[in-house]
Amino acid sequence: MNTSSLQPPASPRIGLFVTCLVDVVRPSIGFAAVRLLEAAGARVEVPLAQTCCGQPAYNSGDREDTCAIARQVIEAFAGFDYVVAPSGSCAGMLRRHYPELFETADPWRARAEDLAGRTWELLSFLADVMQADIVGDWPARATYHDACSGLRELGVKTQPRSLLAGIAGLELIEAPTAETCCGFGGTFCVKYPDISTKIVDAKLDDAAATGAGLLLGGDLGCLMNIAGRAKRRGVPLEVRHTAEVLAGMTDLPAIGSGRG
Amino acid sequence: MQSTTRLFDDNSRKALADAPLQQALGKLSSNFTVKRALAAARLPEFEALRDQARDIKDHVLAHLDIYLERFEANVVAQGGVVHWCRDADEARATVLAICHEAGARTATKSKSMITEEIALNDHLEANGIEPIETDLGEYIIQLRHEHPSHLIAPAIHLNKNQVEATFRAAHTDLPPGRNLEEPRSLLEEARAKLRRRFLDADVGITGANMLIAETGSIVTVTNEGNADLTMTLPRVHIAIASIEKIVPTLEDATTLLRVLARSATGQENSVYTTFATGSRRTDDADGPSAFHVVLLDGGRSSLIGGAFQDMLRCIRCGACLNHCPVYGAIGGHAYGWVYSGPIGSVLTPGLIGIAEAAKLPGASTLCGRCEAVCPVRIPLPRLLRQWREKEFEQGLQSKTARFGLGLWAFLARRPQLYRAVVGVVMRILGRLARRHGSFYNLPFAAGWTADRELPAPEGRTFIDQWRARAGGHR
Amino acid sequence: MSDSRNAVLGNLRQSLRRSDDRATAEHAVEARLATHAANLVPERGRKNRVGLIELFIAEAAKVDVTIDRVDALAAVPRAIAAYLSTHNLPAKVTVAPDPALDAVPWQDQPTLGVRRGNADARDAVTVTGAFAGVAETGTLVLLSSPDSPTGLNFLPDAHIVVMMADRMLGTFEDVWTRVRSRGEGFMPRAVNWITGPSRSADIEQTLLLGAHGPKKLHLVLIDEPGA
Repeated sequence: MNTSSLQPPASPRIGLFVTCLVDVVRPSIGFAAVRLLEAAGARVEVPLAQTCCGQPAYNSGDREDTCAIARQVIEAFAGFDYVVAPSGSCAGMLRRHYPELFETADPWRARAEDLAGRTWELLSFLADVMQADIVGDWPARATYHDACSGLRELGVKTQPRSLLAGIAGLELIEAPTAETCCGFGGTFCVKYPDISTKIVDAKLDDAAATGAGLLLGGDLGCLMNIAGRAKRRGVPLEVRHTAEVLAGMTDLPAIGSGRG
Repeated sequence: MQSTTRLFDDNSRKALADAPLQQALGKLSSNFTVKRALAAARLPEFEALRDQARDIKDHVLAHLDIYLERFEANVVAQGGVVHWCRDADEARATVLAICHEAGARTATKSKSMITEEIALNDHLEANGIEPIETDLGEYIIQLRHEHPSHLIAPAIHLNKNQVEATFRAAHTDLPPGRNLEEPRSLLEEARAKLRRRFLDADVGITGANMLIAETGSIVTVTNEGNADLTMTLPRVHIAIASIEKIVPTLEDATTLLRVLARSATGQENSVYTTFATGSRRTDDADGPSAFHVVLLDGGRSSLIGGAFQDMLRCIRCGACLNHCPVYGAIGGHAYGWVYSGPIGSVLTPGLIGIAEAAKLPGASTLCGRCEAVCPVRIPLPRLLRQWREKEFEQGLQSKTARFGLGLWAFLARRPQLYRAVVGVVMRILGRLARRHGSFYNLPFAAGWTADRELPAPEGRTFIDQWRARAGGHR
Repeated sequence: MSDSRNAVLGNLRQSLRRSDDRATAEHAVEARLATHAANLVPERGRKNRVGLIELFIAEAAKVDVTIDRVDALAAVPRAIAAYLSTHNLPAKVTVAPDPALDAVPWQDQPTLGVRRGNADARDAVTVTGAFAGVAETGTLVLLSSPDSPTGLNFLPDAHIVVMMADRMLGTFEDVWTRVRSRGEGFMPRAVNWITGPSRSADIEQTLLLGAHGPKKLHLVLIDEPGA
């Protein structure tokens, strides 16, 4: 972790990297992020020139488009004290992978490293940098899915749990396979759907075995995959993004559930 | 070995429908995975040892030419012979020639992935020499004319009933009334049968987990003791290994051994680790009178110094398989060649070509658990991405995938156009699915909706709402 | 095959871009081989003799080694006879021609059949010495020699090792130091690290003892007073 950034300015100026999935599928997570960041004392801005972090291109081997998108993100987020994303996967892309995209001599390399040093996943930012004090009340029995990139690229593990400890009535029941992949993997799940389904089924079975009726996590891609499969199989498991619960936005329909 | 990697999709569908395989794979996470975690936690120095293991292998790879010469000189000084082989053909011919020279009719073998790579057994059989696999799992799959489905547990895809049926078919002297229902009785049956073969064999062929430059020793690691019976009893011992198996010293080998068993099975140490140096010494009561080391390049010398060199650090522990969600879903055979799991998906394109193995690098969620457990810290996700880049450059991906990606990238690089397009699409989709909250079927997302609902967009995008609400930034 | 040798090495040198740096690289290799420095050695194996023996016993027990402690070589025959009878093994052993075992008073157990020499296929029980015990993982180290043929370690159903407690070492690095002290040609044909009896989990991941090697591994540890 970048310890030098652990002492934030009194009211840091934050560029919210919404992420493409939150932007188009579930904007509520973005608003939850804004609410949490502002409550913790930050000023939030949203650069409009953002689309996606580039992972679909990066993980498909399309280096040229990846670099073009990375340069776009680096430009759009210049000057903020921090860049925060409600996703470990996208934050990991900015933080761990952007610098690797450019040769050492390329001026974009230094800019990518500068961005990487300022970029945080939302929940770990709230816990580690803002030391946010979350207070809430929502009676539920939940289990947690540690999304892979956040967990292994950024070390997001204890932070969401410590934040959730502030929600009175919320009981967290850990599944032994909390750290196992859900089978989403970006384009993997559409390129290899049968394998992906097998993996997410194991995830669902383990989550259901905890007796929790709710699964929380910090990455919408995984949550859409888990929720979509749960609904198809008829597994009674609500799926929500941790930020929504922390922000008290629990009156929203769960991911994949309708309003009707 | 002939590759069926192009058939990965069919292979994996078959694997997903294979009940004994699925039952076996279900046990992986409660077995190897849990045991590795316990062993790692028990040794406070484990993470630092992984760093050193990586550094040892990196040092060797950077000096491999010189270490190979030292190794050879030390084997020769102990009365052994070193055979250099560029490819599988040369390696097969070399082993066969040694067997012929020894007047051999049978050769016992202990587990060796290199002999799988060069398809040695078929070649020996075709030339009048009977190869006998002695590792229990390898013995079972040899009788079934199958290939290993796991680096260290080759018959993991089979259940005991299948093993019983195999033994009853192959061991024609078995009384029909003999109870072979339990793993114990199956093991006893194999032990009795193979004991005779060990004693009668003319040549013993082993792999090598390491080659020690300092002493000219080869190192074998087993739990069964079959490598030791294979190399001790016959007149001739042939050890076959690929060139990157070199380590400098006994101390370096020791460091690698400390991470090998713990990563593989969660054992503190495997039962038998043997450092074999040369042939039988004067006055020794046993041991082979001839000691041959067959060194296989097999494409490795070209991988050194390139973007994929890191994968040559691999010590074949199998941890990346045991922790891989994809391996855990389909097992090893679906990968279609010798090596499976994450290391297979990285190594196979390097050894048989990316065009042949194009299906493998994509078959990963890039969850990163393989790298997290690799004892020599091979950056497997990065290497998988690098192969995907090669595929992309060479146009090996499907037309649909390329078109979809191209369209998406075109938009993603043009924020204003992107906003306009996704804004409209999401409003429509959001309205369509408002009541149900997800889509049961969407024509352009069939890969997704075949087996799961697609959670529907809420409607207006975040950016649209933000812009309307606050005027935005810039 | 010298063509192949040249081709493999040539290709490697090309890949490594080995030219001007050849001397430097050779020097690095020679230095590493000459110093054979220990890497990180786990703290676990750094204990006094008593601590090492305790650790060895604990580790060996985890891998199914049975241990009998006696206070003198003279007590070995009775200990072995008792072990064989407890485990329903034949009262007949093949003992390594190891001079360290010459002083064992086998005649004290007249019902115990003793043959000295290498194992043959029919031997159910063998007795050998050991070069060292390694507390770190409960491992026994045996070196092949005319006194200690390797077959004795692998062919029987039960392998009994008789070892003086002063052979107990902490770590594998300690073993290599002692092996090196044998001088020129210090590596015997086989150095066997043995950590428990043979086993396999190849059928349904069910762990079973006695795959091809011994089904039982028993250590008679001699705590000689003053040793």
